[in-house]
Amino acid sequence: MSAVLEKLISQPYKHGFVTAIESDVAPKGLNENTIRMISAKKNEPEWLLDFRLKSYQAWLKMEEPKWPNVHYPKIDFQAISYYAAPKQRAKLKSMDEVDPELLRTFEKLGVPLHERMALAGVAVDVIFDSVSVATTYKHKLAEVGVIFCSMSEAVLEHPELVQKYLGTVVPTGDNYYAALNSAVFTDGSFCFIPKGVKCPMDLSTYFRINTEESGQFERTLIIAEEGASVSYLEGCTAPAFSTNQLHAAVVELVALDNADIKYSTVQNWYAGDENGVGGIYNFVTKRGLAKGVNSRISWTQVETGSAITWKYPSVVLRGDNSVGEFYSVAVTNHLQQADTGTKMIHLGKNTRSTIVSKGISAGRSNNSYRGLVKIAPTAAGARNYSQCDSMLIGDQAGANTFPYLQVRNHTAKVEHEASTSKIGEDQMFYFAQRGIGAEAAVSMIINGFCKDVFQQLPMEFAVEATKLLSFKLEGSVG
Amino acid sequence: MIYQDSKTLLEVRGLHATVNGVEILKGLDFTVKSGEVHAIMGPNGSGKSTFAKVLAGHTAYEVTAGSVVFEGKNLFELAPEERACAGVFLAFQYPIEIPGVANSQFLRLAYNTVQAQRGREELDPLEFDDFVREKMKLLDMSPDFLGRSVNEGFSGGEKKRNEILQMALLDPRLAILDETDSGLDIDALRIVSQGVNQLADRENAIVLVTHYQRLLNYIVPDFVHVMEAGRIIKTGDKSLALELETRGYDWVAAEHQAAMAVAA
Repeated sequence: MSAVLEKLISQPYKHGFVTAIESDVAPKGLNENTIRMISAKKNEPEWLLDFRLKSYQAWLKMEEPKWPNVHYPKIDFQAISYYAAPKQRAKLKSMDEVDPELLRTFEKLGVPLHERMALAGVAVDVIFDSVSVATTYKHKLAEVGVIFCSMSEAVLEHPELVQKYLGTVVPTGDNYYAALNSAVFTDGSFCFIPKGVKCPMDLSTYFRINTEESGQFERTLIIAEEGASVSYLEGCTAPAFSTNQLHAAVVELVALDNADIKYSTVQNWYAGDENGVGGIYNFVTKRGLAKGVNSRISWTQVETGSAITWKYPSVVLRGDNSVGEFYSVAVTNHLQQADTGTKMIHLGKNTRSTIVSKGISAGRSNNSYRGLVKIAPTAAGARNYSQCDSMLIGDQAGANTFPYLQVRNHTAKVEHEASTSKIGEDQMFYFAQRGIGAEAAVSMIINGFCKDVFQQLPMEFAVEATKLLSFKLEGSVG
Repeated sequence: MIYQDSKTLLEVRGLHATVNGVEILKGLDFTVKSGEVHAIMGPNGSGKSTFAKVLAGHTAYEVTAGSVVFEGKNLFELAPEERACAGVFLAFQYPIEIPGVANSQFLRLAYNTVQAQRGREELDPLEFDDFVREKMKLLDMSPDFLGRSVNEGFSGGEKKRNEILQMALLDPRLAILDETDSGLDIDALRIVSQGVNQLADRENAIVLVTHYQRLLNYIVPDFVHVMEAGRIIKTGDKSLALELETRGYDWVAAEHQAAMAVAA
């Protein structure tokens, strides 16, 4: 049986190509001059350079976290280039001015960039290596007051908003990788939904790493003012290199009174080959601040890529009656390692959080759920429900669950459920005995297992995620 | 039912099989003709369930010798899913649970896969819904079974009914029911048995693997076989089951050993 299972999980990565495009790559290495160079290239205001330098100083004093259940050789931060941009950076007036090679790349990846072609009706911001190359539907969004642009642009055109919110959810010295990101971030998406506005379309950012020795450090900031709402989607791919690339992003969400932010990710960074050579180190800090009363922040993630994933999209529930949600599917295969989960920090009264985590481990991979539910003394009537399920495919994969609970208010109610299951010979035999072959069987089992999460995704993303999973696990069951 | 002109469906000759290197089947012979109902009885560990799984093609079992011909084809040349499409059905002793997958979805995938392989018409979800509801009446199953996850949270009896429902849908030539009676209360046993009896016709055959005679009050076998240490050591009619019920298995084994000694 292992042979069929094996074949099923071992599909090649189809986004592994490199785009031949001239890039402006900074020399490797990190020091204050690198940071000044990045800041100068982007014509940044003084306060932002200060923000970067302060973060850099903080980072120098910090140590790489050792607590995640992942193993990798020490990263040489001086061997990374901190800035890479496709050449041709004169300001683009329309899509037609984008390098056709870039357009072809995104076409290949299935990302509709031409506004007239974007029938899907999703506004897309595209980050290629370090910089944003295109944002679609900007004008249409501006009509209702929604700002959706690259972070670099936001810094120049809406500095007051950026300055007001940047670093308020993830402070510069929050953790090792967040500090690094705060020092060297090159671009990212910025999104502002003004008071009372329901964003008329889904917003989407597509991240692509193309250069071999550059790191990607993007910074995303989403603000939903009182009564505003937005659904935001993020997709990621990278070419297949035999070296490891570092991806250390920071995403900050702020929801004011009665605001609603839904953030969905399908992460498919290159995972390395079947022997664990190459792949992205995905060390990401994502956090939302449910600042206002009745606000709601919901994270949905489908993590399939990266050699190593270290990521805990979290919600700080400060507003009374605010809601935090985390729906996650993390799939690991071959020698991938994932240590992912969430933190729900309950500060306000009657705050509620839901955690649904589904981990699927195949091959010789290792998949850990790590989650913290913290109920502060102020959080009277807070409630949390957590469900963490693991599924093993084959008999060489590992799954772990590390739930941490800190409850400091006796009126709080916290529930945790966990399960582990296995796709093995007996399951496959049952399907086979009903005429159903291995591929269809695995696809059905996995989709059933992930149903609670997939149904949180916007329709198109859900379809993509389902396909991605079957593709990813093809060959793993048999 | 025994018919004079019926064809041989299954012919097993000298079958040996191992699991994890341990030999469980040790030279088993067994013949089934269309229209017949066979019961295989025997003590725990005699190899009954192994035999059922080997016929269906479970990958944990290795066939080391012997032959199985099913409707003229060498069964061992077919993958488990091909055997299913060819008409071999196994009602599981322990059906697996598939969380998050609606029973209707699973049943339809199975049905359409098998139909397509047999060159017959597939059904869309609405047509299938009508079709499956009709079949469920046979087993007195409530329609809410369709919306529930496959076998998840089903009672023992509900799981067994769901197995027979699949038998009804997949229309097998050879149905092997592995301890379908275990875990059933009297009412459920009656309903499941009636369902099976309605599915039996002169084109197909049924092999019941069971510990208990009581099932055979409802599904009356044409032949009763006693299995012991990986072989069939005695075959009789339905009265043999009654005799086993009162006398146990030891006397059969003793009689067999005596016969073997004489032969030697």
